[in-house]
Amino acid sequence: MVQLTGAQALIKSLEQEGVDTIFGLPGGAILPVYDPILDSSIRHILVRHEQGAGHMAEGYALATGRPGVAMVTSGPGATNIVTPIGNAHMDSTPLVVITGQVATASIGSDAFQECDITGITMGITKHNFLIQSAHEIPRVVASAFYLATTGRPGPVLIDLPKDISQSMMEWWYPTTIEELDLPGYHPEIAIDDDAVARAVELIGASERPVLYVGGGTLKSRAHMELLAFAERTKMPVVTTLMARGAFPDSHDQHLGMPGMHGMYSAVTALQKADLLISLGARFDDRVTGQISSFAAGAKIIHVDIDRAEFNKVRQADVMLQTNVVAALNALEAAKATPQNLDVWWKEIHTWQERYPLAYDEPATDGPLRPQHVIEAIAAKAAPGTIVTSGVGQHQMWASQHWKFEEPGTWVNSGGAGTMGFGVPAAIGAKVGRPDRTVWCIDGDGCFQMTAQELVTARAEGIPIKVAILNNAYLGMVRQWQEMFYEERYSEVYLSADLPDYVKWAEAMGCVGLRARTLKEMHEVIEQANLINDVPVVIDFRTDSEEKVFPMVAAGDSNDNIMVHPSLRGDAR
Amino acid sequence: MTPPEPYLGAANHTPVRHHILSVLVENKAGVLARIAGLFARRGFNIYSLAVAPAEGNARFSRVTIVVDAESAPLEQIVGQLNKLINVVEITDLAPKDATERELLLATLSVENDRRAVLDVVANAGASIIDVNATSVTVMLAGPPSACDQLEKALESFSEVALQRTGRVALPRLEQTVSA
Repeated sequence: MVQLTGAQALIKSLEQEGVDTIFGLPGGAILPVYDPILDSSIRHILVRHEQGAGHMAEGYALATGRPGVAMVTSGPGATNIVTPIGNAHMDSTPLVVITGQVATASIGSDAFQECDITGITMGITKHNFLIQSAHEIPRVVASAFYLATTGRPGPVLIDLPKDISQSMMEWWYPTTIEELDLPGYHPEIAIDDDAVARAVELIGASERPVLYVGGGTLKSRAHMELLAFAERTKMPVVTTLMARGAFPDSHDQHLGMPGMHGMYSAVTALQKADLLISLGARFDDRVTGQISSFAAGAKIIHVDIDRAEFNKVRQADVMLQTNVVAALNALEAAKATPQNLDVWWKEIHTWQERYPLAYDEPATDGPLRPQHVIEAIAAKAAPGTIVTSGVGQHQMWASQHWKFEEPGTWVNSGGAGTMGFGVPAAIGAKVGRPDRTVWCIDGDGCFQMTAQELVTARAEGIPIKVAILNNAYLGMVRQWQEMFYEERYSEVYLSADLPDYVKWAEAMGCVGLRARTLKEMHEVIEQANLINDVPVVIDFRTDSEEKVFPMVAAGDSNDNIMVHPSLRGDAR
Repeated sequence: MTPPEPYLGAANHTPVRHHILSVLVENKAGVLARIAGLFARRGFNIYSLAVAPAEGNARFSRVTIVVDAESAPLEQIVGQLNKLINVVEITDLAPKDATERELLLATLSVENDRRAVLDVVANAGASIIDVNATSVTVMLAGPPSACDQLEKALESFSEVALQRTGRVALPRLEQTVSA
């Protein structure tokens, strides 16, 4: 029998789970675990702040579909990773986070760097564990990965007291689900044939259906089934912010993103539909707007692996508790087919023609139009390029103007809206998919929150590209103050020149570039594309007054969608 | 007979729609905090909660929760509760389908009106389980409505302490009609 320390058992357990990368930062309570890392095949990426480790693990997970792993110490190390855990919880991202804890005997004594991280993260993890003995380390690790990746995925935290990582155990590893000892967890759900039959009936009667595709479609890797079902039934498709890439943007049947800053045609098709087939979507307020007037005439077929999503926001007519692949397979097997959709498509085409995405021509000598910058980067980007973003205007423009063609190419913070997500998520995505180009479309406000991780990127040889759409403002808040607070700008000005982003990038070992004019914009994109050994940061000077359109004001009905000013004037 | 409603004290006379959830949980550290935390963050109201080892099995405990089905749809409460990994099984008992019992203990001063106290106790079917020269501790195990009635009846006395356990419940037995 092999005798191992708890620390060795933890690392060996991670190896058993196929982990190739840990994002982390050591400290006192996790110190014993950092020793066996030296002897492991697992790559450890040393971050500069624990929040960076968490978002990198998320970026890794979203780009690869495999669980991301982060490891930090107790106390402030643990609390610093709370934001990424909360973010992963909101977006159902599979994550395993390991925190060091003070020795068992000290727990509850307010020991140095002690904090109750299992208590703190109870509400923002799918589950968490406080390890009680070295013997249970293999079971807890195996359980954590099983929980994080099955059913509705999510973050799982393992809190490991220092004395346990130092104590000895006899090595073993669970080989069956039964050994995990999770009597309350049953992620496999038999499909309800009656519900399928009712869904087929509703689809059969429908003249104005829409496939409302959410993040669950990507989580269950249902993009091929979705493509086949959509093409056979000819139904229009909308993909939410969390589902961008689940259906090709270039496809004729794709209306784009719905919601507060969604495409006019996508928002309006949902409003006028007689049937929504919700595939792993959760009727988020950013999609529905005022709930009472959302898709008021539509029947709802709600497909979700999580039954608590049913009737939480919107009453469903048919509830199908399963993953999206199984649901689409069942609907396909039953040859669910709507009525002739020619009239519906004719109506949708009118909206598409009348209200496309629009922005004003940029002036040759600047300022740049952020939308134009994104389109210029996209035009020169290799196919399959992964795009990450922070949260705000730049995120919405990236989601609107980049054309996503495949899963795992759009990595962003949806439900939680975590500013500063973009840079570390890009690093994690690049580590997971080194073959891909990774662009972070960032805002100047977001960049300042987590930019220190570019030091990590340079030190670890992770050549990402960062485009800062620098409008000198917390732009989304500025937009709301302009539109809804009578242009009373309160605490939103950041300055375009402070910090000096080029010098900052250079200080972090990256290439720093700047563009103010159209000519410079094309030049720096060209330059950035030629660099593939170090990270590149570009400071694009964009128009502060540019706003995101279309827009539905918070809490307003989606019927009152505001399009770009250049498209207004003719009757909606 | 209408189902008994929980007595909410004099301040609250609104009729309530309560449900009893009998929840089998793994007997692990923090499981009660997980349940309480879930109710708190989702805005679900708990009327009462009773916990004890389940069916003689040290691995599991049974938590009997009386929930306010007005604060949130029961479907949401059960759905969210079911997502807790340590929750093994949830049995939802509508009041009409349940046999409910609760335990009430009260210590009363009997210096002035010993006779009256003893009458109330006898009428309620309660028993005296502790006694000294000045006080008496009474116990009633019964339907929550009986506990409500006794609690009300005791209001007029100089009450020292009163404690209720919150209810536990099992499904009402099916009655077969003989041919």
